[in-house]
Amino acid sequence: MINELLFMNGYAVYVLSAFGFTLLSFLGLYVITKLQFVKEQSKFVAKFGSLNPKKANSAKTQKINKEILANALNN
Amino acid sequence: MFKIFEPNKIFQITSKAPKYILFLFVIVLTVGLTEALILSPEDYKQSDAVRIMYVHVPSAWISLGIFSSITFLSISGFIFKNKNFFLIAKSLAPSGFVFNIIALVTGAIWGKPTWGTWWAWDARITSMLILALFFAMYLIAWRIYEKEERVFKITTFITIVGIINVPITKYSVDWWNTLHQPASINILAKSSIHSSMLFPLLLMTAAFALFSLLIFLMKYNTELIKIKNKGLDRL
Repeated sequence: MINELLFMNGYAVYVLSAFGFTLLSFLGLYVITKLQFVKEQSKFVAKFGSLNPKKANSAKTQKINKEILANALNN
Repeated sequence: MFKIFEPNKIFQITSKAPKYILFLFVIVLTVGLTEALILSPEDYKQSDAVRIMYVHVPSAWISLGIFSSITFLSISGFIFKNKNFFLIAKSLAPSGFVFNIIALVTGAIWGKPTWGTWWAWDARITSMLILALFFAMYLIAWRIYEKEERVFKITTFITIVGIINVPITKYSVDWWNTLHQPASINILAKSSIHSSMLFPLLLMTAAFALFSLLIFLMKYNTELIKIKNKGLDRL
C-alpha cells in the first residue's frame, strides 16, 4: 500500500506536490495569522498595564476589554 | 437590526471558537486525506492524477464563495451603515486569496500530466487569475488607505467590479471552448461524478471550509483587538 501511495502509477510527484503545496500554504497562513493575533494581544496587554488606575477602571467597564485580558492570561 | 452582530457581544464566542474549530478541522482533514489519497479509486482516464481534484476543486469553490461573500458584505455595509460588515469582509479576504492561489497552483500541477502543459490562457484559468488579482487589490487597498470612509469606498468598488468576474469564471467552461473540463457536480441536476469520488471531495471541501472559518475567526479577533488598542490610546 505504501508503494502504491509513493508511486501512484507514475503520478505521485504531481499528486503529492499538489497536496504538499496546499498543506504548506495552510501552515503558512495559520502561522502568520496566529503571529498577528499574538502581537496585537501583547500590545493590548502592555498598553492596558501602562494605564493609570482610573483609566484602567474605565477601560474595564467594557466587557470586551476584560475578555481580551482574560484570554491573554489564559494563553 | 444587526445589534446581535456587534463586536462587543460576539467576541466572547469568536475568541473561544478557534480552538474547537481547529480540533474539528484536524479530524475532518485527516479523514479527508485518507479518503482522497488512499481509499478513493483512480480514474479510468486520468489514473491517480485525478486525486489532485480533491485539493484543486474545493479551493476554487471556496475562493469564489469568499469573494462573493466579501462583495455582499461590503455592499450591505454601505446600505446599512454597519462597519462590522466591512470588518468581517476584511477578515475573510486572506483565506480567500490563499485558496485562490492554491486553486491556480494545483490546477497548473494537474495540467501538466493531463494536458501536457502547466499553463494555458484558457477562459477558466485566466478568469481565476483575474480573481486572484482582485483579491490582491482588495487586500492592498486595506493596507494603503488609512481613512475609514475612503477604504470602505475603495474596497467596495473593487468587489463590485470583481464580482462581474465570478459568473464568468463559473460559466466560462460552458460559454467558450476551453481546455478545462465542464463542471462534474451540479446541484440542480444529476452529477456526473461517482459517489466514491464525490464523498472524499465533499469531505475535503468541509475540511477547507473549516480552515477558512478558523482563519476568519483568528483574523476577526485580531482586528477587534486592533480597534480596542486604538481605543486605549484615546483614553
